[in-house]
Amino acid sequence: MSAPVIEVSHVSKSFGGVVANNDISLKVPQGRITGLIGPNGSGKTTLFSSIAGYHPIDAGSIRFEGSEISRLNVQKIARLGLIRTFQQTRIYGKMDCVQNMRISIPHRGAIWQDMFAKLSPQIVARAERLLDFVGLYSKRHLPAGSLSFGQQKLLEFAMALMNEPKVLMLDEPTAGINPTLINGLIDRLRRANEEFGITMFIIEHNMRVIMNMASHIYCLAHGELLADGPPGEIQNDSRVIDAYLGAH
Amino acid sequence: MTAGTARAGLYCGILAAGIAAPLAFPSYTFQFAVLWIMILFALTWDILGGQMGYNSLGNIFFFGAGAYIGALVQIGLYYDVALYTASRGAILIDFSMRDYLTGLFLGILAAAGGATFLAVLFGRIVFGLRGPYFAIGTLGVALAAGELVATWDYVGGGGGISLPVYPGDPDDRSLLFYVLCFVSAIITYGVLRWLYTTRFGLALNAIRDDELKAEAMGIHTVRYKTVAWAIGAFFLGISGAIFGNMTGFIEPLEVAFPVATFGVFMVLMVLLGGKGTIWGPVIGAVLFHVIKEVTWTYLLGWQWVLLGALIIVNVIFFQQGIMGWVREKWPERFGVVVDRRTTIARSEDAA
Repeated sequence: MSAPVIEVSHVSKSFGGVVANNDISLKVPQGRITGLIGPNGSGKTTLFSSIAGYHPIDAGSIRFEGSEISRLNVQKIARLGLIRTFQQTRIYGKMDCVQNMRISIPHRGAIWQDMFAKLSPQIVARAERLLDFVGLYSKRHLPAGSLSFGQQKLLEFAMALMNEPKVLMLDEPTAGINPTLINGLIDRLRRANEEFGITMFIIEHNMRVIMNMASHIYCLAHGELLADGPPGEIQNDSRVIDAYLGAH
Repeated sequence: MTAGTARAGLYCGILAAGIAAPLAFPSYTFQFAVLWIMILFALTWDILGGQMGYNSLGNIFFFGAGAYIGALVQIGLYYDVALYTASRGAILIDFSMRDYLTGLFLGILAAAGGATFLAVLFGRIVFGLRGPYFAIGTLGVALAAGELVATWDYVGGGGGISLPVYPGDPDDRSLLFYVLCFVSAIITYGVLRWLYTTRFGLALNAIRDDELKAEAMGIHTVRYKTVAWAIGAFFLGISGAIFGNMTGFIEPLEVAFPVATFGVFMVLMVLLGGKGTIWGPVIGAVLFHVIKEVTWTYLLGWQWVLLGALIIVNVIFFQQGIMGWVREKWPERFGVVVDRRTTIARSEDAA
């Protein structure tokens, strides 16, 4: 197994009396696709938000490339190269697709003068190539808010790629997308992983998708880590099946 | 005729009109000067309100701060401020033209710097607020500033300050201030036009559309917000110092921090012209100023009623403003088009 790029150890997070994550430890290895599954309300998104810096964690530690990030804010973590997408798609609705892409360039190391930087033709070209990659080239001058939900998800994915992240955390990338488009999306996620070398950590409910893509899967239930292993093993794990089907 | 030459023609036309206006209609010079200040108001309000989606009701604070800072510098350079304000205008300093202009220049400079500094300072506090809370918070800053200055005797308290008197011909004076207003509005426009073509403009729009997403993508949102406010404050400070001298007298509630008039006008002009565009604020300001002056002149007594009606119609039926409406009507003119080429590869084949 290659070196872990994200290392979560013994992380707990409660909201009032609700324990969303309890003593969770997991590793996301460099260059691979790692999956995170679990029934609704099992604490997957909470764990994502903890890693991305949306709220302080109650206990434990989160390391990114070896350094502690659990006390950094969202922007700083993003600038380290750890980018997340959202379950409810978030794009800049009134700006057109190219503008959405142009402002999604990496901001790490940006100094004051960079605020007033002219946007280079290379950036525009890169934005158009990536829009082409996700199949939105012909709609690149339309306001992002006028795209369909599925297209907005593709745009959000392209924006994340534009940011040249080291790790991409995708929260249900295929939710709400029609089956035909899903195949295309899986293909593109794979290519982004292989061609651009982006490590991925994916929350997904669609078992066909995640079992096909991930090399290692973690399963949460009731805020606790239930099982982990390669897809084949997880698929046949009775605890995982029970958690999804509600047996006790 | 290409878009470029059309635009150059338009700019030349506006510049020519700006230069010719006070020469052709010298009795309206003051009105024309106020019009340029209104354009500056609208342009600076739109930085936050339109481009960044933060509706500030307190931008007038920087105008007032600029007026006071300018006045204090102009007087303080040559006289004891406390004595001057305590005399309530009984002391007349006889300036030489050279001293007057030096004071005016340094006063405007200090007003710009001071207002920028205040924006950075208060930005730390108010940018913790979002949505309507930001509007209320900024409104509070402007209201509090007016009240505080009104009780501060050093700067004349509620009695205000008489500005140094221009030591020359009154016609030259009105022309001088007209030129100052004209030039600052043009510079404001130019600077903003350039800014909106850089990363700065895109970042502001990103914050407007989804600030959480902007944070998640690593944009330095606090930095952009503070600088955006500071740029607005810079020009508002300049306009305050000029306006104070133009009227010759400033006092806290009606002239320097007029939250209910200028403070609201800057919002209305932008709403009328169209938020988040560069021309919207300009068109809105011109239209608003004309409507306001016409009603104040010919329908006196009904002017506030008509202004109120205009606001209601604007906000309820015409939220997108004039430029917003134009964009909706002819989106393809603004580059909103579907490309028939579906991929880059295919478009290269065609070429």
